[in-house]
Amino acid sequence: MTISQKILAKHCGREEVFPSEYVECSVDLILANDITGPLAIEEFEKVGAENVFEPSKIVLVPDHFTPCKDIKSAELVKKIRDFSKKYGVKFYEIGSVGIEHALLPEEGLTLPGQLIIGADSHTCTYGAVGAFSTGVGSTDVAYAIITGKLWFKVPETIKFYYYGKLNDYVGGKDLIIYTIGLIGVDGANYKSMEFTGPVIENLPIDDRFTMCNMAIEAGGKNGIIKPDRITEEYLKEIGLDIKIDENLKTDSENDYEKIIEIDVSKIEPQVSAPHLPSNSKSVREYSNVKIDQVVIGSCTNGRISDLRKAAKILKGKKIHPEVRCIIIPATQKVYKQALKEGLIDIFIESGCVISPPTCGPCLGGHMGVLAKGEVAIATTNRNFIGRMGHPESYVYLSNPEVAAASAVKGKISHPEEV
Amino acid sequence: MKVKGKVWKFGDHINTDDIIAARYLNTTDEKELASHCFEVIRPEFSKNVKKGDIIVAGENFGCGSSREHAPISIKGCGVSAVIAKSFARIFFRNSINIGLPLIELKEVDEIEEGEELEIDFDEGIIKNLNTGKTYKFQKYPEFLQNIINSGGLMSLARKTVEKK
Repeated sequence: MTISQKILAKHCGREEVFPSEYVECSVDLILANDITGPLAIEEFEKVGAENVFEPSKIVLVPDHFTPCKDIKSAELVKKIRDFSKKYGVKFYEIGSVGIEHALLPEEGLTLPGQLIIGADSHTCTYGAVGAFSTGVGSTDVAYAIITGKLWFKVPETIKFYYYGKLNDYVGGKDLIIYTIGLIGVDGANYKSMEFTGPVIENLPIDDRFTMCNMAIEAGGKNGIIKPDRITEEYLKEIGLDIKIDENLKTDSENDYEKIIEIDVSKIEPQVSAPHLPSNSKSVREYSNVKIDQVVIGSCTNGRISDLRKAAKILKGKKIHPEVRCIIIPATQKVYKQALKEGLIDIFIESGCVISPPTCGPCLGGHMGVLAKGEVAIATTNRNFIGRMGHPESYVYLSNPEVAAASAVKGKISHPEEV
Repeated sequence: MKVKGKVWKFGDHINTDDIIAARYLNTTDEKELASHCFEVIRPEFSKNVKKGDIIVAGENFGCGSSREHAPISIKGCGVSAVIAKSFARIFFRNSINIGLPLIELKEVDEIEEGEELEIDFDEGIIKNLNTGKTYKFQKYPEFLQNIINSGGLMSLARKTVEKK
């Protein structure tokens, strides 16, 4: 079995599971947010449930339209806040809330070997610490918070093997959007994406989060990386002394449906052009694209190392006069650390604006919505039509260094140009 | 169960932002969501769609976000089924869970905008009433059929609640 299959087997009380079979598994953690939580709560109430199966395993994170952008979103947040009070479920209030997929790992809630579901497609992020973690719908969440269980189709696993030497300014974001470009936005539909090889073994944890976060952009059910020394060090850093189960590994090469090998030495910093994440090419191919807005943040690239990378480019530079550069630390902890390290100073000096932690502009919610005809480059994960605002606006995806360099030059730029 | 309706044809990789733009996710109301269904890519859809109409699309229908608002808005328009070459995973499970029928069919290119289809879910047959052609489709595996027959996932949850 592969790691993903092993975790599913363990959670349905079986020695072994087989690809394509349906199983009902117990879940370790259930997440919903201000958009998906209210629907789940409505379903929960409709069937007359009086209790949740285990309050400590349920987390509600109001991160999408918060601080609330309008009355309707305030009503939605109120709904999940009231629910959390009534049932003793964890809720993150403004002041402690951050973007869910950066926040939960930071809080020590996502652990190797766990089975995690979330009513948010980027729930696949936690595969970076070796959890089987997947996005589901609101009804799924309603069912799971009542029963503690959920149905799954056991996925096949595709192994991605990364080798070679990474070029300058190439990190997890570039590897994943390059990979999506290679296999397409449905290249891993229903499948597990397991990221392996010498490059991954040395890849920092934040880059691993970025890669697993975007597994869904290739249709993947989950992204996962075998927990190792880097995972252990990360867990120690957040105050958890956990010995990783040595069995959390794929047994044999034969367990994979397919193996895709990628020589990273050929990969330059990548940019995905509108309107699909799979439109990825070297940043140099887009060097004449003028931009109006830059967003550095999101569950994909709003962690401290992302802000460090952006600050390194922006230090002592000015944002192009015709560009708006919005920096969104993913969590309060990231924000505080960035303050401490002087990154926020660098951003403000260069002419950026700092937003509180929120998904905000990534989904065209608030805090940086685009007008008709406007172009943005963002460290987010989706560039669908109208994703950041007007249906006739355009979003390019990149890593934080490319986004920062582009903010200085006023057009899509390679970081070495600034 | 049999349904009959007019075809609305879509391409590949229709994503959840196409189905319902994120700016309308500040509500959970089915009717309101339905009124913005496909607004960005086909503004006339929600005004002209009739009860029973059928969506026919290419590969990877429903890719993107986990928002259940997407299948809810389609169902809210009165659409009786979505036929596509393939479906994105989360959209698939959301639709099963809320009872929006999905059919995987490889031959969707033979079906045109505006044609009338009749779907017999019990027999697994689609009939194109304009061309006379019929297509067989794979019925759901037993596990999923059980969820559907029970009236969706929450009906199963109700049983758990009642046992308690």
